[in-house]
Amino acid sequence: MRDAVARLGRGVLEALERLGRGHVLLLSILLGLGEVLRRPRLLAEQLFNIGVLSLLIIGISGLFVGMVLGLQGYYVLSQFGAAESLGVMVAASLVRELGPVVTALLVAGRAGSALTAEIGLMKATEQLAGLEMMAVDPVRRILVPRFVGGVLAMPLLAAIFSAVGVLGGYFVGVGLLGVDEGAYWSQMQAKIDFDEDLINGVIKSLAFGVVVTWIALFQGYDAVPTAEGVSRSTTRAVVHAALVVLGLDFVLTALMFGDG
Amino acid sequence: MLVEIRDLCFRRGERIIFDQLDLDIRRGTVTAVMGPSGTGKTTLLKLITGQLHPDSGTIRVAGQDVTQLTQAELFQLRQRMGMLFQSGALLTDLSVFENVAYPLREHTNLSPTLVRKLVLLKLEAVGLRGARDLMPAELSGGMARRVALARAIALDPMMILYDEPFTGQDPISMGMLTALIRQLNDASGLTSILVSHDVHETAQIADYLYVIFEGRVVAQGTPDALAADHAAWVRQFMDGLPDGPVHFHYPAPSLAADLRMRRAR
Amino acid sequence: MPKRRNIELLVGTFVALGLVALFFLAMQVSNFNLKSSNNGYVLQARFTNIGSLKVRAPVAIAGVRIGRVESIRFDAATYEAVVALRIDATVNTLPDDTFANIFTSGLLGEQYIGLEPGGSPDVLRDGDTITNTQSALLLEQMIGQFLFKKAGESG
Repeated sequence: MRDAVARLGRGVLEALERLGRGHVLLLSILLGLGEVLRRPRLLAEQLFNIGVLSLLIIGISGLFVGMVLGLQGYYVLSQFGAAESLGVMVAASLVRELGPVVTALLVAGRAGSALTAEIGLMKATEQLAGLEMMAVDPVRRILVPRFVGGVLAMPLLAAIFSAVGVLGGYFVGVGLLGVDEGAYWSQMQAKIDFDEDLINGVIKSLAFGVVVTWIALFQGYDAVPTAEGVSRSTTRAVVHAALVVLGLDFVLTALMFGDG
Repeated sequence: MLVEIRDLCFRRGERIIFDQLDLDIRRGTVTAVMGPSGTGKTTLLKLITGQLHPDSGTIRVAGQDVTQLTQAELFQLRQRMGMLFQSGALLTDLSVFENVAYPLREHTNLSPTLVRKLVLLKLEAVGLRGARDLMPAELSGGMARRVALARAIALDPMMILYDEPFTGQDPISMGMLTALIRQLNDASGLTSILVSHDVHETAQIADYLYVIFEGRVVAQGTPDALAADHAAWVRQFMDGLPDGPVHFHYPAPSLAADLRMRRAR
Repeated sequence: MPKRRNIELLVGTFVALGLVALFFLAMQVSNFNLKSSNNGYVLQARFTNIGSLKVRAPVAIAGVRIGRVESIRFDAATYEAVVALRIDATVNTLPDDTFANIFTSGLLGEQYIGLEPGGSPDVLRDGDTITNTQSALLLEQMIGQFLFKKAGESG
């Protein structure tokens, strides 16, 4: 019994310590942001790794999510004789919620885990220590470009996801189920507000970009430098990122749309 | 003296790694620090280079106390140090050439042609000029270490620290590395610090040896002096005896007692 | 590095794609292009009951959208709802006896404001108030009236 209490206490302390280290790392990343301007090439490489390489999965997922929304939305809305509102439903779900959230989850799985594994392996193979010994700050050189790349890629990917999804809903709704084309677009335009929906969605995905990249980088940087440690950190990066994204989404939604 | 360590104490959690360690490294020599695995030899290198902070004590490198330096001053100092990691620590996404060029690009404003010349010279020194376009994944362990050595000397440092340079090497690359370390040291007036438990190879090239055990220096002297030392501990380590002051058995209750206890658990 | 140019090209394409997607969402999906009519003018209208009229609801003449509801507030002095309408600048010849109704699009649809121009020679200008208004028809009231009338007829 006393053992269990002691273990619990130690676990809590370790978690708090890790939380502290994570924030210290975030701070030093933020302090080093200027590095990106000095070496834009490093940023381009990371936009490639995080953005371009995630493009396919984002596009395909967006298309299918949009098509499913079209189908499901049509069956529900047509029961109320409101099939014309299909466009609004598809676009609102995508722009406000599914675009930012699903994109963040996919990026966490696709690019976040890769980042964690990469950084963790660099640590395990002493590459990070090697950089330090060459008087190069690994936070600025390795972490900062990845961080900025992740934060910038996220809203772009989310926008692509939503746009492809709206088109997917259009194919199903207008193409297959015969919803009026004019109604699909005009209702959408009338009801989706630029500031309230679109800009808030972009803000959300920026926030998710920060969180997902930060967690991925920290888990890699803090990994136990062994094969097992890196694989554990990779799993943890994806799980933590997913949980934090969903929790943060609730908070942001309550803040942004709560009073509207 | 290039490196002076005084009263160094360092502990990791409950475990005491160094307990009032004193150690000197003379300029221009190859000094080896030896000891069984787990005595904190690599930790010592990390302390000298400022990657770790001691609990107390001073570490002076070229007159500067490493423990008191700011990050920027430390980085200044590190440009004059090279370190060879056990794994080589080459950047896996850059070619051999780019790896060696990395510190030059980072810390100098040399023209591309000059960088190219320097890199080729450094690679020539380690005998791998022909491997410049390979990626680190295509190198054998010994070659990776030699490339890392070329990178470590790219900025013409005043000293090089070797972390277990012989571990896991076949006899041929071991021979190449020992020759290289000695050669580099004498040709460019370097100071070399070498951490190892390979007694034979180390004794061959070192000018001076320290043997550390349980956080302290237990023996020091030239290889010949140590070879003649009669202290039981030194003999066990230098000759690789299975039992002596360091026991073959990890501390445990007597075997008979242990076997009887199995049921109780 | 020979791959360098490829990477830059692909990254450029990616960023461009992302921006095109954002542009598409702004222009085609959201009301961004309708917002550009922000430079129109504002009219006030007072209603005794606005039903479930919402901010951003359309304002239409003859079924054509010419503006939107900009704000709704309650006037504590007169117990009326004061609705501000932003009208497109191009529609600048509304007579000052224009009639403002709150209509419902479809049986259960959203409510909007329909304007019916009168015949006065004077024109409404920015800040003017529409005096002729008809409140929203509430379904409950209508059903109540209908039942009442039926009961009266049969009785």
